[in-house]
Amino acid sequence: MDGTTLTRFIRLNHQTNGVILNSEQVIEVRGLTKKFGSLTAVNNLDLNVYRGDVFGFLGPNGAGKSTTIRMLLSLIKPTSGEMKIFGKSITKDRKEIFSKIGAIVEKPDFYLYLSAYKNLEILGKLSGADTSKKKIMSMLELVGLEKRYKSKVKTYSHGMKQRLGLAQALLHDPELIILDEPTTGLDPQGMKEIRDLIIYLSREKGKTIFLSSHILHEVELIATRMIIISKGTAQVEGTVEELLKSEKVVVTFEVDKIEEAMKTVNESKWKENFKSTSKSEINFELTKNEIALLNKYLIEKGILVSAVVPVRSLEDYFLRITEGGTK
Amino acid sequence: MITLIWLELQKMFRKWRTYIGFIAIGFLAIVVQVALYFTGAKMIDFQMRGIEQSFVMVGNLFNGYFIARFILMALIIHIPFLIVIVGGDLLSGEATAGTYRMLLTRPASRFQVVTAKFIAGWISVLLLLVWLMFLSLIVSLLLFGSGPLLSFQGMKLVIIAQNDILWRFLCAYLFALISMSTVISISIFFSSFVQNAIGPIAATMAVIIIFLILSAIPIDFFQTIKPYLFTNHMSQWDGFFSDPVDYGEIFHSMWYLLAHIVVIYGITTYIFIKKDILS
Repeated sequence: MDGTTLTRFIRLNHQTNGVILNSEQVIEVRGLTKKFGSLTAVNNLDLNVYRGDVFGFLGPNGAGKSTTIRMLLSLIKPTSGEMKIFGKSITKDRKEIFSKIGAIVEKPDFYLYLSAYKNLEILGKLSGADTSKKKIMSMLELVGLEKRYKSKVKTYSHGMKQRLGLAQALLHDPELIILDEPTTGLDPQGMKEIRDLIIYLSREKGKTIFLSSHILHEVELIATRMIIISKGTAQVEGTVEELLKSEKVVVTFEVDKIEEAMKTVNESKWKENFKSTSKSEINFELTKNEIALLNKYLIEKGILVSAVVPVRSLEDYFLRITEGGTK
Repeated sequence: MITLIWLELQKMFRKWRTYIGFIAIGFLAIVVQVALYFTGAKMIDFQMRGIEQSFVMVGNLFNGYFIARFILMALIIHIPFLIVIVGGDLLSGEATAGTYRMLLTRPASRFQVVTAKFIAGWISVLLLLVWLMFLSLIVSLLLFGSGPLLSFQGMKLVIIAQNDILWRFLCAYLFALISMSTVISISIFFSSFVQNAIGPIAATMAVIIIFLILSAIPIDFFQTIKPYLFTNHMSQWDGFFSDPVDYGEIFHSMWYLLAHIVVIYGITTYIFIKKDILS
């Protein structure tokens, strides 16, 4: 697919917010635990990823995200627990399962003394992919590296390696794509392109994406479901919308007559939602529905509202969950 | 599996370090040939000094076979140093580069990956010895011609007829292949533990040097353990130039070295399969 088609597709799906949820489980994890000596990196973790999900895997540094991904990809052995991918055991059906998985684990590392093309050829052959020049070049084109296909990877920037990492993960047309911090090291434009690509892969190609990220905005934008882990333990799991629906967020209202606005608020039920005030701003703690109602109320009372700025919702939620460690 | 081995060889032969052994052997073999071309006749005269009065020597004694054996004797002890450069990097190189994460998240099992690495390592040894054979035997025969082989076995002088030599060389190279495969297997074994190639190279060389020193110390205890040290069996290739050939001793050494290879491969595979990839 060329860039124009991709852009058109993304726009269309952003507009329709076309999320299709499926009940077929692609990843099923029960009681997954990994101990390194006395340190418990992952503790009794349960995970459910369904076909077509863009599954956000959130957690602060050291929460156990990479350890979990390494266990899913059999790079490290779990201390206990059960993992099934496509309903099959990783140890017994490795060949079948891994031919349907594409992954980037932490930073993408390659054979630096080989060209991008040769790296893809080798990794593609290992996955049983079509490694014809046409196929490899189309992948390099998708990630914008077609002009540098002959260059040795040691001459690549981190961002270029990250793109090449995506190309190797997609080359064999996997059903499940596991991405560990895929936008790390990319500039804002590159981050957007990768996000668009993930949305395209999920909605157009029907791929299941397991996305580990510490960039909360990223998960909020593209994930359909998510889990937040902290200290190796799952804190919450569900759809992004569900998790945020009942959450109160701090919203800043910029108004023209601050004193009059404050008087109006204090005389109403919105007094309970008031948090703080500054020169021309009043901060409230509101649910999504209450934002519109308060806005309407202020306008009816003759207060001009020039801006309504919600504080990043998921970020707030994430910090509360991971710092508090409560469900 | 064939694809895996082929990919391992491609990776191996796209690293310049793989060619160090080929360049070193090429350089040394040519230097020895040039030196012998100018001074080799004197050397033969010196060696034959004591027996010239009792025997009449006819034919070309300073020939390609003599040079080939001379080069083999001079270089074979040093080839392990060149082999471990490749072997020590086979597994640790992936850890250093962080490519384990790419390699081991493919459909191929760890058993297949490590087996492909071992086979690629053994193939690299084979190619190095073929290169040595080409330079030492074929080039020497072209430069110095053919003739009977003069072989000193301690105090005994053995002259092997021209038509009885070639198979002995082929067997000697084959035995050297087993010896050197033992060395590269040890380096791959050490390579499975660490994340850089220096450690396995140094460790393998340390093992060989320590075993050689222990074998050379004239103390009863060390002489008792000497037959159990694999380094003691690595020089059996020269047994093919004895007359008669002591096949019993050669086969004993051969099985001993092969057993080492199998055990080392088995342990490495076990460790590699159980290992957590944290790099």
